[in-house]
Amino acid sequence: MVPTMRQEATMLLIHCPYCDKTLPEVEFAYAGEAHIVRPADPAAMSDEAWRDFLFIRTNARGPHFERWRHVHGCARFFNAVRDTVSDRFLATYKAGAPKPDLATLLAETERAR
Amino acid sequence: MSDIAAEPEIGLAFRETGAPVADGAFRVARRGRVERTRRVGFTFDGKPYGALGGDTVASALLANGVHLMGRSFKYHRPRGILSAGSEDANALIGTSRGPGRFEPNTRATMQEVFDGLAAESQNRWPSLGFDIGAINDAIPHLFAAGFYYKTFKWPRPFWHHVYEPVIRAAAGLGRAPHEADPDSYTARYHHTDILVVGAGPAGLAAALAAGRSGARVLLVDEHSEMGGSLLSMPEIGIDARGAWSFLAETLAELASLPNVRLLPRTTAFGYFHQNMVALAERLTDHLASPPDGAPRERLWRVRAREVVLAQGAIEKPLVFDGNDRPAVMLASAARTMLNRYGVLVGEHPAVVTSHDSAYATAFELADAGATIPVIIDARPTVEPVLLDEAARRGIAVATGHTVLGTEGRMRVSGLKIAPVTGGTIGAARAIHCDAVLMSGGWTPSLHLFSHTKASLVWDEDLKTFLPGQSPEACVTAGGGAGHWGIAAALEDGARAGATAAAKVGHLGRVHDFSVEGERVETGATIAALPSRGTRGKAFVDHQNDVTAKDVRLAVREGMRSIEHVKRYTTTGMATDQGKTSNINALLIAAEALGKSPPEVGLTTFRPPYTPTTFGTFANHHAGATFEVTRKTPINGWAEAQGAVFEPVALWRRARYFPRGNETMREAVARECRATREAVGLFDASTLGKIEVVGPDAAEFLNRLYTNPFLKLAPGRCRYGVLLGEDGFIRDDGVIARIAEDRFHVTTTTGGAPRVLTMMEDYLQTEWPDLKVWLTSTTEEWATVALNGPLARAVLAPLVKGLDIAADAFPHMSVAECKVAGVPVRLCRMSFTGELGFEVNVPARHALAVWEAIWTAGQPHGITPYGTETMHVLRAEKGFIIVGQETDGTVTPDDAGLAWAIGKTKRDFVGMRSLARPDLVATGRKQLVGLLTRDPATVLEEGAQLVEEDARPPVPMIGHVTSSYWSETLGRSIALALVKDGRARIGETLYLPMPDTTIAAEVVAPVFYDPDGARFHL
Ligand SMILES: [Zn+2]
Repeated sequence: MVPTMRQEATMLLIHCPYCDKTLPEVEFAYAGEAHIVRPADPAAMSDEAWRDFLFIRTNARGPHFERWRHVHGCARFFNAVRDTVSDRFLATYKAGAPKPDLATLLAETERAR
Repeated sequence: MSDIAAEPEIGLAFRETGAPVADGAFRVARRGRVERTRRVGFTFDGKPYGALGGDTVASALLANGVHLMGRSFKYHRPRGILSAGSEDANALIGTSRGPGRFEPNTRATMQEVFDGLAAESQNRWPSLGFDIGAINDAIPHLFAAGFYYKTFKWPRPFWHHVYEPVIRAAAGLGRAPHEADPDSYTARYHHTDILVVGAGPAGLAAALAAGRSGARVLLVDEHSEMGGSLLSMPEIGIDARGAWSFLAETLAELASLPNVRLLPRTTAFGYFHQNMVALAERLTDHLASPPDGAPRERLWRVRAREVVLAQGAIEKPLVFDGNDRPAVMLASAARTMLNRYGVLVGEHPAVVTSHDSAYATAFELADAGATIPVIIDARPTVEPVLLDEAARRGIAVATGHTVLGTEGRMRVSGLKIAPVTGGTIGAARAIHCDAVLMSGGWTPSLHLFSHTKASLVWDEDLKTFLPGQSPEACVTAGGGAGHWGIAAALEDGARAGATAAAKVGHLGRVHDFSVEGERVETGATIAALPSRGTRGKAFVDHQNDVTAKDVRLAVREGMRSIEHVKRYTTTGMATDQGKTSNINALLIAAEALGKSPPEVGLTTFRPPYTPTTFGTFANHHAGATFEVTRKTPINGWAEAQGAVFEPVALWRRARYFPRGNETMREAVARECRATREAVGLFDASTLGKIEVVGPDAAEFLNRLYTNPFLKLAPGRCRYGVLLGEDGFIRDDGVIARIAEDRFHVTTTTGGAPRVLTMMEDYLQTEWPDLKVWLTSTTEEWATVALNGPLARAVLAPLVKGLDIAADAFPHMSVAECKVAGVPVRLCRMSFTGELGFEVNVPARHALAVWEAIWTAGQPHGITPYGTETMHVLRAEKGFIIVGQETDGTVTPDDAGLAWAIGKTKRDFVGMRSLARPDLVATGRKQLVGLLTRDPATVLEEGAQLVEEDARPPVPMIGHVTSSYWSETLGRSIALALVKDGRARIGETLYLPMPDTTIAAEVVAPVFYDPDGARFHL
């Protein structure tokens, strides 16, 4: 693969909630917005509702719930809260775990700094 | 400026510019750190020069009296150095050390001289002394701010034929090298407690405090020698010894500490997330004969717990007409040339300043033998102690003065100065000089700090931005934080180092330095010196040739923020990122807008800090290690057979097997005939394979693929189509049910990782309740495909444990058996339309099985074929290739695969989307065949289709996706996606090509054996 400045010179550290280890970004792959569940009965959905499921995504400026995959590690998909302005990860958690409360999370992050 | 001649001459007779000078004529005795006993030779524009060990190209040229080092970007004005460091905007040179080892845009102030170095000036033609591009300088209105938005608009044809070629020829910096880079580059990771960037007084003090505490410290500096401003200020006393003794002792102590590492010639060029700083270490560019195989540069990815940024401050030029002539430079550059390199930049240097610090330079140059004709100070009053010191040396000081212009073409020869009283410019007088040393004060170097998305705070007293808050664990120390002077930098650096050590759990002690020979210096900040608004040019950005007038023009034309001014004028957008120009541009824009500088804004600094080679970024990812080459177990056999290969995804695949002098077309025609008429042997090992296992495996595949899989019996295969949720084809392949709970899924060669990721995604996140296990088996199984009417005759004698007779083992069967004694998964299937078998064999036995089949096939005329023949044969059958017939917007119905959709299924991935309004609307592009009117014409893939009576603007109604010569049909064939294609069957469409228009009939996409009878032979 063609190396890019981002691959070669930047690297976030990301905590895999399955491996319970903080590891370099190159081991991970981004996988889109989190907490978008595939409808149980797509056939029953209106065109508009199905369109929204397919295409409409949050364009967050700030904390964003998103999926990552530890593709060059345990290969598990997990969820994360990442601030799109600072690129800082506020939390990572296992797929299927409930969405963390943002206010609590922000307060914790502030205390940690 | 004819009035200069009328003025009495100040100073002594001049050395005539351009007259030959002896090597090192401007070298001063007992000054500098250069190695007096090590003489080296180099060339500049082909002319040989002498230099000393430790010289840069700039110091060596100046030692030889050469100030003219390059031409400017836009106006091609003659230029010398502006600064003595990496921020220099002017003296960009090309260096060469043999084929492929030409490097453009190197700063002459940073390139160390070595014996045999060949350097050349840039941006000039035909020569540095006479440059035709300098005509730009005579018609400057053409290149005023925003010139590319307005000047060259009319008349319209002039753009292509006149303006653009001329601008392109004149623009650009150095020439890019054409040869492949023969050097190697390397990379490494490094973890440290504390990274200190910059080894000037602040950085050294920080490293010392942190290093003595026991913390792991990495100290880096971009120069060949550590010391920063201490190298240029030997007369300062620190802790009762000279600055250079202090420096030597400090470096020796740091080097002796096992927890401290020093990296000179190393630029911290980018500050990234979570305290990762990227460094470029230059390993061999300073060596006359680098060791064999030594890497040229090394990329360091450093993860530091704490970072101390001690990058110091950059002196600010003053803005006045003609402030760019060769030998007009920053005062600090002259000081560095004298004290670090032992070079006097002029015998009669005039000084223009608004800051105290230029006085020290003036005094040191005077003490070294120069005659300072005058110190022009823009401030109305100056500290008496400076005036006394000047008077003691016989130097006149003209306070409250401005510079109206400079004289001299290839080197500055004079100044026109005038008093300014209450804003009024008085009578002008001329000053003769052979250099001009200017200082407008200092700008903290906050580039890396800015990379962290840190905030900067405007300091109204210092009239500069200072570091604010950073989200990273870093602190700026010394000049970068506005602490001018050695004493302040040492103190601040020591505190920063001790604090960083404490943060990583070590006890850092702050050492109190006692500094002698330094006074606290102050200055005034002036956007641009007062002028009479003549036709002269007062440069703000020397590298991009942006003048004060350009910045003011941008404001007059409506630019309100510095970001707009920057884009309109290009100020700060050159390779130096405006290190010496941004603050002046901001001050001038703010003044023109009547606003404070922070209201107008500050441009963002981005990595890299200084230009960084592609080699450093690529490092090991070059040549054979650029990317992985995957080879099948049959690769060596194919090589021995003389196969021609092609890359497919990361795989190396045999494309065709020419015999003798066959062309590709001849070889492919022969391979096609052999496969249709007898038997062909094909290496299909690159197909992606995924083992899908578990009690819910069938349910899982049934939910993913369009086809029904619940009732597929063990021992049977089915072609499967995989969609995205959007309803478009993502992949396809044959899926074999090995057992009730075990499937052998094949994918396209390039699609294997994507498909496995998609399967894992659904399995892990949507249907975690399904009991299914997924394993990539692409490399475990090699696949030997045998196709043609004689395939069974070749294979049958080798098969044990299975009857492969036509009715016992029908088309789309799978079974486990032995072939040539090896346990295999044998499929009866075909991608050619002929009777076909695919032998999936464990990779380590693949070659043996392949060779056994090859040997067994000899009596039957077995012929190996490559990917090209495979493509032709499948196109004759109208079989799609995902990624060739599809482009991510093609539905199963578009591709003619509606039959592959399970009619009774209630859901599968993408099913709901197939009912989306746009996907059921008419006018979609559908897969059809094309037969050219002239059967010999083979269409170009990608060619657009139009209707016969189409008038401009002509609608494109489709395009060719696959096109081949079909040996079987004795004519060309093509597949195409055409709007409402199936309804157009029988119509003639047209393909406009550059030289002709080709007519083709729309036909069904299956050209050969449409009933599929030959599968079942
Ligand atoms: Zn993991």
